[in-house]
Parts: sequence; C-alpha cells; structure tokens
Amino acid sequence: MGERADVWQGTLALMVLKTIEMMGPQHGYGIARRIEQTSGNLLSLNYGTLYPALLKLEQEGAIASEWGVSENNRKAKFYKLTRAGRKQLEKEARNWQQTTTILDRFLSPVEEES
Amino acid sequence: MTFLRKLRAWLLRVAGVFQGGRKGAFADEIESHLQLHIDDNIRLGMTRAQARREAILKLGNVESTKQSYREQSTLPLMDDLLQDLRFAFRQLRRSPGFTVTAALMLALGIGASVAIFAFVDAALLKPLPYRDPGRLVAVTERVKLFPRANLSYPDYLDWKKMNTVFSSFDMYTGGGYMLGTSSGAESVAGARVSDGFFRTLGIKPMLGRDFYVGEDMPGVAPTVMLTYGAWKVRFAGRPEIVGQTLNLSGVPTTVIGVLPADFQFAPRGSAEFYSPFQGKPGCDLNRGCHSLYGVARLKDGVSIENALAEMQSIAGLLEKQYPDTNRGQGATVEPLSEVIAGDYRAMLLTLLAGAGLLLVIACVNVSSLLLVRSERRRREIAVRGALGASRARLTRQFVTEGLLLVILSTALGLGLAFATMRWLLTLIPATMLLYVPYFQNLALNGHILLFAAGVGLVAVALFTVPPMLRSPLTAMREGLADGGRGSAGTLWRRFGANLVVLELAIAVVLLVGAGLLGKSLYRLLHVDVNFEVDHLATFQAMVPPALYPKDDQLVRVNREMIRRISALPGVKSVGLTSVLPVSCNCNTDWIRFVGKPYNGEHNEVNQRDVSPDFFDALHAKLLSGRLFTDRDDAGRPKVVIINKALARQYFPGEDPLGKKIGGVTLAPDSLKEIVGVVDDIHEGSLESPIWPAVYYPMYQDTDNSFAIVVRTSQSEGSILPELVRTIHSIDPGIGTAFESTMAQLIQDSTSAYLHRFAAWLVGGFAVLALVLGVVGLYGVIAYSVSQRTREIGVRMALGAQRGSVYRLIMRQAGWLTLAGISLGLICSVGAATLMRTLLFGTAAWDAGTLASVAIVLGASAMLASYIPARRAASVNPVEALRAE
Repeated sequence: MGERADVWQGTLALMVLKTIEMMGPQHGYGIARRIEQTSGNLLSLNYGTLYPALLKLEQEGAIASEWGVSENNRKAKFYKLTRAGRKQLEKEARNWQQTTTILDRFLSPVEEES
Repeated sequence: MTFLRKLRAWLLRVAGVFQGGRKGAFADEIESHLQLHIDDNIRLGMTRAQARREAILKLGNVESTKQSYREQSTLPLMDDLLQDLRFAFRQLRRSPGFTVTAALMLALGIGASVAIFAFVDAALLKPLPYRDPGRLVAVTERVKLFPRANLSYPDYLDWKKMNTVFSSFDMYTGGGYMLGTSSGAESVAGARVSDGFFRTLGIKPMLGRDFYVGEDMPGVAPTVMLTYGAWKVRFAGRPEIVGQTLNLSGVPTTVIGVLPADFQFAPRGSAEFYSPFQGKPGCDLNRGCHSLYGVARLKDGVSIENALAEMQSIAGLLEKQYPDTNRGQGATVEPLSEVIAGDYRAMLLTLLAGAGLLLVIACVNVSSLLLVRSERRRREIAVRGALGASRARLTRQFVTEGLLLVILSTALGLGLAFATMRWLLTLIPATMLLYVPYFQNLALNGHILLFAAGVGLVAVALFTVPPMLRSPLTAMREGLADGGRGSAGTLWRRFGANLVVLELAIAVVLLVGAGLLGKSLYRLLHVDVNFEVDHLATFQAMVPPALYPKDDQLVRVNREMIRRISALPGVKSVGLTSVLPVSCNCNTDWIRFVGKPYNGEHNEVNQRDVSPDFFDALHAKLLSGRLFTDRDDAGRPKVVIINKALARQYFPGEDPLGKKIGGVTLAPDSLKEIVGVVDDIHEGSLESPIWPAVYYPMYQDTDNSFAIVVRTSQSEGSILPELVRTIHSIDPGIGTAFESTMAQLIQDSTSAYLHRFAAWLVGGFAVLALVLGVVGLYGVIAYSVSQRTREIGVRMALGAQRGSVYRLIMRQAGWLTLAGISLGLICSVGAATLMRTLLFGTAAWDAGTLASVAIVLGASAMLASYIPARRAASVNPVEALRAE
C-alpha cells in the first residue's frame, strides 16, 4: 500500500468521478463499494478516506451533493457529476490513458526490437 | 481552469472557517453510510452486531477521518488564528479595566505621534509639487549679515548669462497691486517673476498661455497670470477673463492665463497675481538694490556643491568688476525645499521627538501592565502548556493578544490623530497658512498610514517579547505549583522596575523641554521693544504710483492723511513709517561716514522713512538731539536720526550729532546730517538682535507703500474701521490692508507663533507624560505591594511597626524616582542642546527649569507611591497570613 499512496489521491478522484459517471447520482457508501468491486477487489480501502476526497471535488465544483433517499429507504447524501466535473473527467481520463500508454511502451518494449 | 477551480475551492474553505466546519452534517453522512453498510451486511447474512462491527471496521478510524474532513473543509492556519483572536478578544473583554486603560494610553501615544508626523510628512518628506523637484535650487547672494541676501537685477542677469550649471535660472520677488473693482480699489498681493519662472518649476497654466520669452523685459505690454484661487473668488471662475484687461494700480493689464488649482509657491504664499518682472527705472534696474530671489534647475550631473562653487566664482568676478556695489557679495545655492520648509524643520522634529517620547512612555506603561497580567496568568499558561500546547502555539497566542490590543489602539489613535490634525490646523491663522500651503490639504495619506502601521508593529513586538522571555518549562513547573505565592516574579523584578525608571526619565526630558520652551516664549513676548505697544492701531496704505507719480504729490497726501486722522476723536498722535517695528531686520541701506576711514565693506543698517510724529506716536525715547519736524522736507537740508546701536557701533565715545553720513560713494546728494539719536526701537522680529538703524524724514524720502501707526486714548482695535474710512475719504484709489493693533501683530508674529506652538504642544506632551509616568510608578508600587502582602504580614507579625512598613515601600519608590529623575536630567540637558535653535534667551541647562521639574516630578511621584504605601501599612497581619 505504501508506494501506491502518492498516486492514491489523484487516482482516487478520477475513480470517484468515473464511478459517478457510470452509476449516476450515488451516495458515498455506494461509490466506495463500486470502486472496490470495479478494481476486482484488488483495492481495499478504508471507506472513510473517501469523504475528504468527495468534499474536495465538491469544493472544486466537479460534483454536487444533495440529501435523498436510497433504494432501501435510508436517508443518504447523493453525489452527482456537474458539467465541469464531466469535462474534468474527460481531460483527466485522457491524460491518464496517455501516461499509461507511454509507461506501457517503456515497461514492455518487445515490439520495437525489429 | 485549474486555477479557477482551486480558487473556488479555497474560497469555500475560507467560508468554511466561519461556518465552524459543518461538523453536524458530516456526522449525519457517516451515520447514513454506516446504516447502508449494515443493511448490506445483514442482507449477506450477518447478525446485527456483526454487521455493525464489520461496517465500522471497514470505515476505518472515524476520528482521523473527521479530522481530515474538517481540515479539508476549512483552512487550518486561519482557523487557529480566528480561534486565537476569539480567545484574545474574550481575554480582553474579561478585564475591561486593563483593556480600556491600555488602549487609551496607546491610542494617545499613537494619535500624538501620527498627528505630528502628518505635519512632518507634509513639510519635510513630501516632494515639492513641481517637476523633478530634487533638481530645483534656490540661488541668492550672500553677505555677512544675511546668508540669503536678495539678488539685484543686473547681478541676476549676469549670473544667468555666465553660469554653466543651470539648465534654467529664473527669479521672483514680491509685489502688490491696487485692483480696480466696482466698489473701489482693493489691495491684492502679487509676485513679479522672470519669464521662465513657471517653466523652471514645471508648472503649466490651466487656462491661457505662459509668459513668452522676453515678456519680463522693461517696456513690454503689462500682463498678469491669475492663481486659481484669485480666478475663482475674484472673477467667479469665468474662463472669458483670459484676454481681458484689468486695472492694476492704475495700469491696464491683460490677463493671459490662470494657474492650476494645485499650484502653490510658499515663499509668495499670499500672491494672487503673478506678473512678468518688467523692471522700472530706480531700484529694479540698479545693481546695488537687492530685491530678487533666484530659483534654478540644476543641469543633469551637476551637484549643488559644483553649482555653488561656480556661482561664487562668478560673484567674485562681479566683485572685481563693480567694486562699489558688489563688495562682499557672495553666493548661496541650496535646495529649494530648504527655503520653503527649512525654517520649520527644527520645530517639527522637536515636536515629533516629543510625541515619540510620549509614545514610548505609553508603550512602557502598557508593556508593564501586560507583564503584570502575564504574571497573573502564569497558572493558566502552565495549564495550557501541560495539556500539550506547544511553545510556538502559546507564543502565537501572546502575539495575537498584543496584535489585537495594538490594532484596537491604532484605530483609536488614527481617529485621535485626525481630530488633532484638524484642531492644530485651526490654530494656524489663515494669513499664516498661506505661507505653509503644504499644510492646507493635510489628510491621512498612505505615508501616514504606513507610519502608523510601523509604530503599531514595533508596539506589538514590544508587547510580545517580554512574556515570551520566560522559559515555558520552568514557568510551567512554577506556575502549576502557584509560584506567585512568594514575592513578585523574577521577570517582573528584572524588567518592571527598570521600565518605570525609563518612564520617569522620559517624563523629565519632556517636562524640561516644555519648561525651556515656555520660558523662551515668555522671554520672547517680554522682549523690551523700547516703545509702548499698547494703544497703537496700525495698518498698511498703498498709494498707486500711477495716480501720484511725483514726490510732492505723495508728501501732500501724507500730510492730508495725518491731518484727517489726527482730527478723529480719541486719536492722540499719528506716525507713518516705511516698515513697521517688530517685523524684520530688512530694507537695509549701505552707509558711509564723512571723515571716517572706509575700507569698502558695506555698513549694512536698517533704513526707515518716518513722518515727523512717528517717534512721538510710538512713545520712543529721544536720547539726544531733536526729532523730525514738519518742515524737514525736500526744500530743507537732508537730515537723519540714528538709533543707539548705530551711535555705539560707529561713534564710540563721540557725539554723533552734526556728523554726516552718505551712500557708498558719498555722492553729494546722498549726504545727510545726523540731528538726533533715538532709543533702539525693536525693528527686527522678536528673536532677532537689534541692528543699527537710520531714520530718514518721509517728506525727504517718499514711499508709495507705508504703514500708519495711530496712538489712541480709547481701545485701539475699535478705531480701525474709522481709520480706513478716513483714508478712503481722501481718495478711494488708495489701498489699505492688514488693519490690526501693535499688540496683536506682536502676538501673531511668526516667531511668537512658532514659539507658542512649540511650547504649548510640548507642554501638552509633558503633562501627559507626567500623568502617564506617575501612573506607571503608582502601578509598579501598587503591584509590588500586592505581591508582598504576605511578606509584609510576616514582618508585622514579627513586630514591624507601621512606620517601618511605610519606609520600606517609600524607600523602594524613592530609589526608582531618584534614578528616573537623575537619568532624565542628564538626558534633558542633551536634548535641550539639540533643540537650542528653538530656545530664546534661555540656556539649555537652565537651572531654574531643571530644579522645578525635579521638584514637580519628585512630589508627584511621592504622592503616587504614598497611596500603595498606606495600603501596605494598613495590612492586617492575621488576614494577610490567612489569605495565603
């Protein structure tokens, strides 16, 4: 977990945004759950750490929140993507993909040999 | 985009600081999270308790989550600051006595120094309102008696032609006009300048044009430039006035322009009309007649020293070329700002120093109050330290408290300063304010606020350092053990007592300063002017040369004035003089004595033209010979009356009567016989020395502008309107101005004003300093008594008499007072030496002043310490011991 921590903050925000985009308005617990599932349970996070990240995204205007009622009739705070958040997601996703592509080429340079 | 996002987030966090971090909302969210998780877990088949435990485990450390959530929702540093401020505010509110006293004392000190600084800033620091003012210099001639002697016009033209150091060289001189208006002639002050005067200053007219090159030559059509004030007041701000013709002293003069509203020229502060010089035959074009002031702009790279050296060598050349007129005529070149405000520097700096000392006393008082407070709060601080507050955190708390106090006092002080500035300005009469135009728009500007902020910062530093000096570890141990039980704290003993010595010393310095200035003022106002000041009404009259071009016309109108005024009821006698007494050592003449060796040096003496009854009207004593009579006119041999100083200096051990004096070349028409010697009438300003003087009969040596003095039997002020009406009944074209009384003129003279201003202000500071110093001493003694209650109780229980308790306390106070006074007396002699230019007839080490200050301060200090000593002596030993 230690080395991944630095990347964690940035990637967590991206994962949160992507998750909300996929699921539509969702509460913190749902988002945490979904991130864990999507990662194929490779990521095991303390759900609590999600909330400061959500607050930061909200302060930056990427998401908006509203109290509502969950499917099983519990009061919960729902987060949804704003237009600025959608743009931010697109941009950061693109950046991330670019970064991974480049890293891929470095880490598995097989095809370039000929 | 990212920046905007960050900014939005930051602003929300700032807002969060004030919302207390929305703790409740987050707790709800966590709760709902847990419920959702528990529901899921139960669905997976766990028991309720198991489901709950799992959910909590998965959530992680809730407290640390809350903490980071909170930090994300606010700005932690600012949050702390706000908390500190709130705490500091509560602390200050909890002891309103302390807060009000400290804030008032500080506000007083800050207010006084900021107000004085505003004057210093306006006069000495702000650049003059001209283009590149640092390159402007005042250029004058220099003679033995005057370091700033006027230029003569021919000298000016030669200096202008020959110099290579100035990019432009212009001049100005005073002037006055009778302005023809529908309601009769009004006298208006003006100035005559060379054509490039405004270009040299870098001033462009707001309307119309500047003087063209050569417009100042004799014989050119007369023109005039109006100041903004004259344009607004006299011509209702009508722009059509430019190009129109005015009647100035009977001469049709075309208005060519209006100067901008912010134009000011202090040396000619009252001038409303500026006209080109256009020298007339007589004094204007005579090399030996000095009436001009030069103002020049230094070429780039030329220093004042270079310029002075060159002007001195040019003066030397002219001296060889024109030995009669230019003997001993040197040169002076100095910054223009020196001429404009240099005279006020010593006074302003003295006042600033006085205000600064007052501020120091206030700071010391507040500082020792804070020290006492920090001693009392030892326990609180120790507890907070023990609970984990770091030293930095505690320090920040002290700084915040000091800061809050200083901010409060600075705001109060600025208000006080503003009021003081307004008030001081109302003390300067309007006519005098014209000559210090830089004071007119005094306001709290950036400079002043910066100064106030600087003072505030120093105060904060002063207040926070002492409480920080104590080591927190030992303090904590002592504090928790309530170490305040024994005698006063160590820190207090080390600092508090010394601070009060400093305070008393400063109070002595201010009191001595005030005493010396007050004594100087008294001496100044009681200078023996050698005539009777009471019951003298005076005013100026101007007879336009255009209306009375000939000497005999002037003499006729002079006689008519005297005849009609003498006929008024209550008038005892009337005199005319070219220059009023107690105004200046000026209007000088160079004289030479027939039959005495002459080395070519100029014998510079005051020269006055007076009417026959002038000396009678003044009640001036005739020492020998005779006074002028009505018959001493153009048809009779020329005569002169000299003063005692002249007789003593030039005729030691001789009888001057019958001797002849004349001009530098002893030209036959300049020879006059000495017919009388009068007492030394004080012609110069109050503080200047008596100069030799010659008095010529006005009917032999006429003037267009002169002063009239009227001795009355009734109150002299009430007759003034009648006098003016009488003059206008002779000819409405004759101008009158400056109606006043002799006593008033002396009271209002610039030197009296400066001395009075300095004496009253420093006196005010001194009284405040005395009060603050004595209060400070009282505080120290009272605190020390309160700390020593137990010790005193023990002593009394062991048999000490009340008398010996008194002695114990009074001895402590006595030593402090003695140390303060001795230190203060030494410092004040030094301080007084620094301000000796402001003293008049009073030595810096004036024993009477020093002794009275020592007595006043000593007595007040003893009185202040008697109160706590009494309390100490009335301590009930049983109660004192039980209380602890």
